[in-house]
Amino acid sequence: MEFGLSAEQTLLQDTVTRFLEAQAPLATVRRIAAGDTNDKEIWRGMADLGIPGLLIPEALGGVGLGILDAAIVAETLGYHVTPAPFIGTAVMAPLAFMGAGTHSSLLGTMAQGDYRVGIAMSEAIGARNDAGVRFAAGKLSGKSIFVLDSEADGYLVATRNQHLYFVAATAPGLQRQILTTVDKTRTTCELRFNQVDAEMISTDPAVYIRMLDAGRVMQAADTLGAAQCALDQAVAYAKERKQFGRVIGSFQAVKHLCAEMAAGLEPCRALVWYAAHAQDHVPEEARMMACHAKAHLAEVGQFVAKTATEVHGGMGFTDLVGLHFWFKRIGANRQLLGSPALVRAEAARVQGLCA
Amino acid sequence: MDLSYGSEYGVFRQQVRDFIEANRDQAPAAGARGPAGLAWQKLLIDNGYHSRTVPKAYGGYGAAPDILASRIIAEEFSAAQLSTGLGGQGISMLTPMLLEMGSEAQKLQFIQPTILGEMVWCQGYSEPGAGSDLASLTTKAELDGDEWVINGQKIWTSTAQSADWIFCLVRTEPQAPKHQGISFLLFRMDTPGIEVRPLVDMTGDANFNEVFFTDVRVPKHQIVGERGQGWQVANAILGHERGSLAPPDAAENRLKGIIKLMETETLDGQRIMDNPIFRDRLMKLQGASLAMRFNDMRLLSARINPGQDARLAGLIVKLQGTELRHEIEGFAIDVMGEIGLAYEDNPYLRGNGSWQYQYMYYLGLIIGGGTSQIQKNIIGERGLDLPREPKVTAN
Repeated sequence: MEFGLSAEQTLLQDTVTRFLEAQAPLATVRRIAAGDTNDKEIWRGMADLGIPGLLIPEALGGVGLGILDAAIVAETLGYHVTPAPFIGTAVMAPLAFMGAGTHSSLLGTMAQGDYRVGIAMSEAIGARNDAGVRFAAGKLSGKSIFVLDSEADGYLVATRNQHLYFVAATAPGLQRQILTTVDKTRTTCELRFNQVDAEMISTDPAVYIRMLDAGRVMQAADTLGAAQCALDQAVAYAKERKQFGRVIGSFQAVKHLCAEMAAGLEPCRALVWYAAHAQDHVPEEARMMACHAKAHLAEVGQFVAKTATEVHGGMGFTDLVGLHFWFKRIGANRQLLGSPALVRAEAARVQGLCA
Repeated sequence: MDLSYGSEYGVFRQQVRDFIEANRDQAPAAGARGPAGLAWQKLLIDNGYHSRTVPKAYGGYGAAPDILASRIIAEEFSAAQLSTGLGGQGISMLTPMLLEMGSEAQKLQFIQPTILGEMVWCQGYSEPGAGSDLASLTTKAELDGDEWVINGQKIWTSTAQSADWIFCLVRTEPQAPKHQGISFLLFRMDTPGIEVRPLVDMTGDANFNEVFFTDVRVPKHQIVGERGQGWQVANAILGHERGSLAPPDAAENRLKGIIKLMETETLDGQRIMDNPIFRDRLMKLQGASLAMRFNDMRLLSARINPGQDARLAGLIVKLQGTELRHEIEGFAIDVMGEIGLAYEDNPYLRGNGSWQYQYMYYLGLIIGGGTSQIQKNIIGERGLDLPREPKVTAN
């Protein structure tokens, strides 16, 4: 019995960490957030590590690892607030194509980091206002908002009935508009479909669900990493900042805030591990665990993001320290792919507690 | 990630199940100390399901320590909703401590009757002036010939009314620094000079007592460890206690109970389960409870696989476990609304009044065994390496 990361998984985590520390430090994140450059160079470097092909079978040019391995990468990306299209291109899209048994040559291209797939499924999860996508006679119409990745080469689009379609970003009749959010480390956009040619990928709800659940586990893992980094920064600051002749971490008022963050966050690590493990190995619990990991990390992450900022005092509020990148990343993960109340409602439904 | 216990444990699990199947009609209610309880206790020990690793010479089963075997026993008895035998401070705290620190004579004298439930113990640690700052305790023991003479007062002493013996921290070296002046004594509760006064708490029961010592005379050899070593002895046991106050499977069983409540209780003709606000609160607690379950699984794994670091995961268990359990019990009361207020002989009582009782009892456990605030100091200082509060210097 071993509930924890294997030596290979720890090595994967260390490798990605070393790469990000060298190639995607906060200064780089700032430049991307300011719009001075984009995330393509980072994604290219991650492709050299095999990250885009993590879940893609070796026969198709990928690495053939599992959801837990992907969660470890997501956690590391969250820790470094890394701009990268990881969740969509490396996790959700490959699972959809692999689940449907299609696009094996595209998967090979994706594994090389040469093709990005954005995810347009907000309307299938819970449609806001007038957003919504319909499919008829081979064509998509309507609009999808808060689509993951405004730089993608193609998009997977989910309709309300959990069918999945694939469109090229350049398809005639498709309009793409960047939607600015507080989180400038990753992009979202609006897609407007005016009778756009689309390819049906799957009408099997199981394919949609596996893709969505894995995406939610990745959001949870990303928040785990981001919250851990916010906590680490708060603790480091509390050991160094002096007031009243003492480092502030020696005051119980501050020490207890740090302890509360650690106490809330540490069990989340095991929760995310198990939720990720369940996606590949405990199918009967996969849905419920994905919902609970997503929702619980959203709550704990929000508490840590706020509290870590408070421990920094006024400096936490400034752009200078940059803690806000973690605050906003955690805030975005909370809402994307289903807000906490929405996924908790799903967790209850999955258990048969309500209709 | 390997969550299986391995095939050899499959055989062991089957043995446990067979035992349960064959003997379950003899099992008493949990914690029962009557003749049926004592007979069940002996049956469990004889078959290796209680005091499993206590050596045979001291009345135990004498198995080599095997964390997974112990876990399987706990899982199977819990699944069968069967009593796992007696607990209490003599069995869960004093016995492991004696095995580590006691003399051979003490092990032979005390362990067997203790685990058989024939010798009941209470713990004399806290004092009115020494709660969170336990090491400042002032109950003193002075040597007079071959006897310690004890004077002082203890508080929060559970089972003192029924205990045969007490294990007790006393100050024997008044000149030494506070942590080095404490000794660990064992003595009979019927020794002249001991007075027990029940301390009624908010539940209405006397879960605790005050114990007064006036010239209590105790044979000199009834000390565990050396003079002045009592603090180390006590700390070994406190570590043992903290993790066991709020086991995650108990919290999950309570949540299952709440699900039943929400499916049967109604408000304006609607099942509480069909109210999305209550459902959301249930799911929040279930998520937090699952996090604690897997945190516990991680701790189990770290005990088996020494390379794994789960130190922080262990330090947070008492704080998170007791706070979560209190919240769970409180949520059940909200589910019932005013019916949740029912207590004692009220005909509307649900679950024998256990929801209100546990709601209050767990507030006691949030405070007892190291308060939540002390836990946060421990997490901050030992887990996050934050500096201690500077000592106040006396003018």
